[in-house]
Amino acid sequence: MAYKNYILVCGGTGCESAKANEIFTTLHHEAEAQGVKNDVQIVKTGCFGFCEKGPIVKVLPQESFYVEVRPEDAKEIIAEQVVKGREVKRLLYKKNAKTSDTVKLEDIEFYQKQFRIVLRNCGVINPENIDEYIAREGYTGLERALFAMKPEGVIQELKASGLRGRGGAGFPTWLKWDLTIKAKGDTKYVVCNADEGDPGAYMNRSTIEGDPHSILEAMTICGYTIGAHKGYIYIRAEYPLAIERLKIAIKQAKEYGLLGDDILGSGYSFDLEIRLGAGAFVCGEETALLQSLEGKRGMPVPKPPFPAVSGLWKKPTVINNVETYANVSVIMAKGAEWFAKIGTEKSKGTKTFALTGKINNSGLVEVPMGTTLREIIYDIGGGIRGGKALKGVQTGGPSGGIITAESLDQPITYESLSALGSMMGSGGMIVMDEDDCVVDISKFYMAFCVDESCGKCAPCRIGTSQMHAILDKISKGTGTEDDLLKLEKIGKAMTKASLCLLGGSAANPTSSTLRHFREEYLEHIRDHKCRAGKCKDLVVYEIDPVKCIGCGLCARKCPVPCIAGEKKKAHVIDKARCVKCGECFKACKFGAVNKK
Amino acid sequence: MPAAQIEFSKELTAFIDEWKAKPGSLIMMLHRIQEEFGFIPRLAAERLSRSVGLPLAKIYGVVTFYHFFKTTKPGKHRIAVCLGTACYLRGAQDLVDEARAILNLKDEEVTDDGLFSIDEVRCLGCCGLAPVLMIGNEVYGKVEKDALPEIIAKYREI
Repeated sequence: MAYKNYILVCGGTGCESAKANEIFTTLHHEAEAQGVKNDVQIVKTGCFGFCEKGPIVKVLPQESFYVEVRPEDAKEIIAEQVVKGREVKRLLYKKNAKTSDTVKLEDIEFYQKQFRIVLRNCGVINPENIDEYIAREGYTGLERALFAMKPEGVIQELKASGLRGRGGAGFPTWLKWDLTIKAKGDTKYVVCNADEGDPGAYMNRSTIEGDPHSILEAMTICGYTIGAHKGYIYIRAEYPLAIERLKIAIKQAKEYGLLGDDILGSGYSFDLEIRLGAGAFVCGEETALLQSLEGKRGMPVPKPPFPAVSGLWKKPTVINNVETYANVSVIMAKGAEWFAKIGTEKSKGTKTFALTGKINNSGLVEVPMGTTLREIIYDIGGGIRGGKALKGVQTGGPSGGIITAESLDQPITYESLSALGSMMGSGGMIVMDEDDCVVDISKFYMAFCVDESCGKCAPCRIGTSQMHAILDKISKGTGTEDDLLKLEKIGKAMTKASLCLLGGSAANPTSSTLRHFREEYLEHIRDHKCRAGKCKDLVVYEIDPVKCIGCGLCARKCPVPCIAGEKKKAHVIDKARCVKCGECFKACKFGAVNKK
Repeated sequence: MPAAQIEFSKELTAFIDEWKAKPGSLIMMLHRIQEEFGFIPRLAAERLSRSVGLPLAKIYGVVTFYHFFKTTKPGKHRIAVCLGTACYLRGAQDLVDEARAILNLKDEEVTDDGLFSIDEVRCLGCCGLAPVLMIGNEVYGKVEKDALPEIIAKYREI
């Protein structure tokens, strides 16, 4: 039965946190109350990506794109659109707060330069209904593999597609699979790395939440190709919604004969199990993840042997991340030739990024490889918040480096990002503006690495602590110029000698900022000054006696209190007692409090 | 002297019985225990050790390796402040400091009435709402420091 309207409510974690669930139930309730429940189908989908404007509700067939919807808006959406066939203008997306002109979905800049293949079903289908996935070419790739191809054929297809691993390092996917085929052993395993630990990155979670079957399908194809009958999805315990959707998807796939014994009558059997991570960043490293899957402390082991030869329980194992698998399903459905046309010569396809930080349009984006950072930040992201100047972009999280404004026109590929001293990483993209301090950020990332270092190898265990101690000193104004050389030296040693990539790349944020913003480090050391005002120990607050009208607001806000002065006369801050909380600076309406 | 005992629910016992035969299932069983108690009590670890035949040291080795597992009882309302990069850049550290000041807490302490504890957590994954904090299952986005006293006060009554 066709419905008059279809209402799609975003069910990603971001929108759910902003009451999307309540919107969903209120819509149902209203449709019933207003007697139109047979005219409308209300569906909870995966992430639309435009998290900044969430919760998002889309109504078909008008393609009405409603942003920042609240549960109390549900009544109007049903009454106007479903009952009377009129859009609710005030909820439609507008370019900025000043205008009342609404923008059609296809004209929204956030989406214009995007090309969604990994996220093809996110925000389109109901992820808890396998039929909707199947209706969009779902499981046709598996069917093709099982009945029209031999394992070598799948390898050929992947090779022709040019797909490289999306977990960070960019190893060709076909080669990984092929090595596992050639490895000796009767028992082999397929593992999916969904332990997305990079703080500020949530591409994988959104993919699973919005399109879980694409992962199941690709893992089954992988199992068939390498001759494995068991797969594990290792996912962060912090992602309850994604775990739930995976459980539902596995159950449905088994009911449909797409997973389990004798898949589609082909004689091939494959089973999947979900295993939870427990909050250890190092488990993103494949050998550490496998240790954790075995129920042990997640500490990496030296490579070689690579997991393709000796992985889970010492058996040959393919381990890919979520985005890589999501690509495999599309490639198998649409063919390698189609996929190879997207992207650049050496980096094929698309890449998803979680665009966050000081950006106007935070959200989940997917662009063809070769898109420039400028296009992502200014065209899709809508530029820097509050019209501030861009300081840099961090890709690759705590393992990546900062990319400065001069390099914004570089097309994004695996090679170009490495050449810039950063890395593709899994896809976190954090935008920083002039108010962010490089010393503070390097210290933040290093503190993260100190916390997350598993402690097995000395370069990483001791190196991260030492670098953090030095950065802390610099942020407090007690560093020396010699310390900068020490940072570089320790960083180099860690990069060379660490057992795994956590230690091997932990120095990246510090060394890249040292390269691009050395003068700011020197300011902290020589002038005891933090120009961004982020390093609290270096900030000094002063009241400008000319501008101060003596209203006393700052004195009332001061928690110490250390501001004194007579009414209607200039006030003074007792710097010795000031705790530098910044309350006076924020409170003053006359710009009389200076921050130096 | 018989060892001190801890009560496991029927469901938890069934879960352990089902999973202990599977290879590498220790972490899954610990998750289930933490779900029941809110942390991993020493007695529960001892009981698990006896029922699956793993040395207690092995179990503690795993428990203390992973951030997710807690060995002390958290407050009734656990305030989780996201310190992912996006939230950090938008002032999440100030939120942690302010919440600790309001509740007079240090690090992972619990308030005397057992109501509150504060955790710094890694990315909750709603970076569009940064800075974010979570109390129980309720998520608060774009939180301003000044809004904290009111948010916390709401939970004193519950």
